[in-house]
Amino acid sequence: MKLIIEQLLNGLTIGSFYALIALGYSMVYGVMKLINFAHGDLFTLGSFVGYTLLVMGTAYVTSIFGIWGGMIAAMLVAAIIIGSMGLIVERLAYRPIYPAGRLPAVVSALGVSIIIQNSIMVIWGARPQAYTSDVIPNYMLNIAGLRINILQIIILLLSFLFMGILYYIIQKTTFGAAIRACALDRETAALMGININLIIFFIFALGPALGGTAGVMVGMYYRKITFIMGWNYGLKAFTATILGGIGNIPGAMLGGLILGMLEMLGSVYISTAYKDVFVFLILILVLIFRPTGILGEKVAEKV
Amino acid sequence: MNKKDSYNNNYNTNWKNRWFIVIVTLAFLFFPFIVKSNYIIDVAFFFGVYTLLGLSLNVVLGEVGLFDLGHMGFAAIGAYTTAILNTSFGIPVLLLLPVSAIAAAIFAYLVCSPIIHLRGDYLCIVTIGMGEIIRLTLINNPFGITGGPNGIFGICFPSVGNLFVIDSCIKYYYYIWIVVGLSVIALINLQNSRIGRAWNCIREDVIAAEATGIDVRHYKLLAFILGAALAGVGGSVYATKLMVVSPESFIFMESCLLFCIVLIGGMGSIPGIFIGAAAISLFPEIFRPFAQYRMLIFGVAMVLMMMFRPGGVWPRQRGKLQTESMLIKAGKSEI
Repeated sequence: MKLIIEQLLNGLTIGSFYALIALGYSMVYGVMKLINFAHGDLFTLGSFVGYTLLVMGTAYVTSIFGIWGGMIAAMLVAAIIIGSMGLIVERLAYRPIYPAGRLPAVVSALGVSIIIQNSIMVIWGARPQAYTSDVIPNYMLNIAGLRINILQIIILLLSFLFMGILYYIIQKTTFGAAIRACALDRETAALMGININLIIFFIFALGPALGGTAGVMVGMYYRKITFIMGWNYGLKAFTATILGGIGNIPGAMLGGLILGMLEMLGSVYISTAYKDVFVFLILILVLIFRPTGILGEKVAEKV
Repeated sequence: MNKKDSYNNNYNTNWKNRWFIVIVTLAFLFFPFIVKSNYIIDVAFFFGVYTLLGLSLNVVLGEVGLFDLGHMGFAAIGAYTTAILNTSFGIPVLLLLPVSAIAAAIFAYLVCSPIIHLRGDYLCIVTIGMGEIIRLTLINNPFGITGGPNGIFGICFPSVGNLFVIDSCIKYYYYIWIVVGLSVIALINLQNSRIGRAWNCIREDVIAAEATGIDVRHYKLLAFILGAALAGVGGSVYATKLMVVSPESFIFMESCLLFCIVLIGGMGSIPGIFIGAAAISLFPEIFRPFAQYRMLIFGVAMVLMMMFRPGGVWPRQRGKLQTESMLIKAGKSEI
């Protein structure tokens, strides 16, 4: 029983990383119908920005803000930097290509992904880097016999906070309604007086910002970061997006959490080596029997 | 106006094309005699492998417009079929070339049958999942036959008995380019056949294709099977050259590069595939002096490429030719 609860908590933590990254994919896909392959690498970049702030500037950041403040400061700075990066990428690499259709944009996104990945390699080196333990809050809590790392709880609380805020913006505000309208039909939304450029600005800043924050969290949770980890996390997060229903924002959150839990349960009850196989198998089964994902709505074929 | 006119018109364009094809073929034939360096011939070999894999993805992505981002999985099936059957049972590698193709084709049939009805991006995701499942399964060494992360080593040279052994760079060069040449002839015939036209019709408009009586499911599946078979051949040749197969060669990134080959060259264009494959395989070699910056330059080139030539370097001329032939039929051949 203890094992199950601990594993579920681990799964929830990993799931919240996937969910945060998946939100970026889902928002961009919803509005632009573009699979932003560079998103996973923006996430890695966030992780490395956090690493630079915390590990290389430990003395400054931690002495000014303390260990908790340092963590929050790193996340904030990473979010701002990666958000701006997202905007730059959109402006330079995607915007000139939209008129040509969707496939060239995919190649461009892959190109950007290679650029970011290799820039990270050039700047920080090809070897894995580690978040040192003096910058990470690391207390074990003992609740009813369960050993829980306090960092895990912080990560869960923060990511649920971010997701809650985003959920509120998307589902309850006028601006959120505008985003949803764009996701349904961009041309008609524009005719209704919605400022499309503002929406694009918003999704390309906020999506990567959340991804960058998740990058710092992953760095703190796993300690080790590499320049190619974006592919793996990006792929899983994208799977989560599909699982929940692509373009559907609550779906992306739910998909991420479910995927994280499935991965953990799969590694406990089936096999650690096959946990990723298990994840992709679930994905394929979901797509075969419910192609629009868990929360996706059925879209009629346009003739 | 009359039949003779249209014949002359086609004859002229064909004549120009024929010279071009002859020159390119001769260039490929005599390349190893002009260049003595084994390194450059090896680069040309990998150019050939990428061309073959690009051609195989072109059947699925270029001709039918099915997004397949797990195509390296099929190549992995071909490569491992060759590796396992050769190292465990000692079956000659050349004999395993068609066996690899058939294995990949059967695999594609089994895996793609249930997912073929998915559209666009959903199919894309499922193929990513499929490619990853294949790679992860190979790493996990099922039944102890795939050798886990290290892969399988010690694959023999391709040979015909003891008479002729392919064991040098130049021989490997001819081996791959003969396979590529035969595939190109087959694919050109396929493009001009009933199947090729049905594929293109599906790519342009699925619903219209269904309405005209094309069995969409059947033709999509056929494209996957043929594409997988060709990828299986590519994997097999690749495995025999390296003499070792490992899951590292079939990562998601490689599938993405194949995707880029097709899109850089131009969807459904066979000369385009050559250009795309050249870009992908030669570019990192040319920029080797820049060491760690070369992939950076490569990424920038990909983005710029799509900005300035979104349709690919050598887009397929089919549309233009069709319009011309329609004009000829309508009696306006002077235009």
